[in-house]
Amino acid sequence: MAIRSLASRRTLTGLKETSSRLLGLRSIQTFTLPDLPYDYSALEPAISGEIMQIHHQKHHQAYVTNYNNALEQLDQAVNKGDASAVVKLQSAIKFNGGGHVNHSIFWKNLAPVKEGGGEPPKGSLGGAIDTHFGSLEGLVKKMSAEGAALQGSGWVWLGLDKELKKLVVDTTANQDPLVTKGGSLVPLVGIDVWEHAYYLQYKNVRPEYLKNVWKVINWKYASEVYEKECK
Amino acid sequence: MAASSAVTADYVLKPPPYSLDALEPHMSRQTLEFHWGKHHRAYVDNLKKQVLGSELEGKTLDHIILNTYNNGDLLHAFNNAAQAWNHEFFWESMKPGGGGKPSGELLALLERDFTSYEKFYDEFNAAAATQFGAGWAWLAYADNKLKVMKTPNAVNPLVLGSFPLLTIDVWEHAYYLDFQQNRRPDYIKTFMNNLVSWEAVSSRLHAAKAASSSSA
Repeated sequence: MAIRSLASRRTLTGLKETSSRLLGLRSIQTFTLPDLPYDYSALEPAISGEIMQIHHQKHHQAYVTNYNNALEQLDQAVNKGDASAVVKLQSAIKFNGGGHVNHSIFWKNLAPVKEGGGEPPKGSLGGAIDTHFGSLEGLVKKMSAEGAALQGSGWVWLGLDKELKKLVVDTTANQDPLVTKGGSLVPLVGIDVWEHAYYLQYKNVRPEYLKNVWKVINWKYASEVYEKECK
Repeated sequence: MAASSAVTADYVLKPPPYSLDALEPHMSRQTLEFHWGKHHRAYVDNLKKQVLGSELEGKTLDHIILNTYNNGDLLHAFNNAAQAWNHEFFWESMKPGGGGKPSGELLALLERDFTSYEKFYDEFNAAAATQFGAGWAWLAYADNKLKVMKTPNAVNPLVLGSFPLLTIDVWEHAYYLDFQQNRRPDYIKTFMNNLVSWEAVSSRLHAAKAASSSSA
């Protein structure tokens, strides 16, 4: 039996949505934990199976659960016209919704080596990286340095500024999505530098994690997003 | 306000006032070895490198913290200085056989300002649990009152005009090895029930009251 199916994610079946519809009530969209497109151990040795399982089943799941709860409370507050409750919920929505958005991208940013993880980007993204950063090595060095220097929790990103039509490297704090740094920014590659992303394997040595994570970065996905946004 | 504190780290990696395995089973020796031996040590070492040759060289830790906070627009040395301070304060906030309800004057003050120990417990617990991302939860003293605070990353009550009395580190590195699977709530409960040094809190409170009255 594949490891992944042994520890399978419980996906919500939308029961709540269905019953609300039957009662003729407007229902809010609930979110579910996305499946990983690979087994938990498939990114070893760069990222351990233990980390992948906890990161997915505990951390990302918690963001999804808490996001759904916050949205439900928001729905009630909106319906009651309770403005101060609506405002009070914003930080929980930003944190948990951001956590869900960011991690959903992250799982797609990673791939096992035998499925192309670590293979340098080709095509237009490869060219754009050379143009903006000199080389892939230059980009990697910059992102690793910024990821290592980030104080506390957050993410380091390679993004596309759609308006200016250029690649950017930036960081966000906590679970802020890249779009909070600029409305025209599209995330291409995000690397989670929260301690939970690496601690069980790399302990306090975040730079070592950053050195190794590039071996499983899925540049094919980043290229697809880039090409789609550039049309 | 010149916030005086009982912690005068001054760029020294002071060992906790107990051996690294003394808090077991509530906080493991392995955690202390990493948390004190690697994380705290790195803040101290990096701070030394950062202030060398700068106008901060030779200044006390408190001075550096207060002068680099810059109303939240943090200057370069803030993170290392504040984290060095915070971690020494954290080790001294705990003791083997600690935790539970305090007695005497401290209990009376908690009951005065929170209505009961249980209410204080809930508030402190909530602050520690809901500090999104990395940070700290605190029991602090200001304007002759006790209060619970939570702060992000390296920020501490000193820069917010309050005297710190007790802290819990809620950066993931503080609990990730001992409370696996992201169990921050269990870590907070263990800290409250088994680790808090109310003696340290009491002596800090006396120092805070003395400092307040002398600057009044």
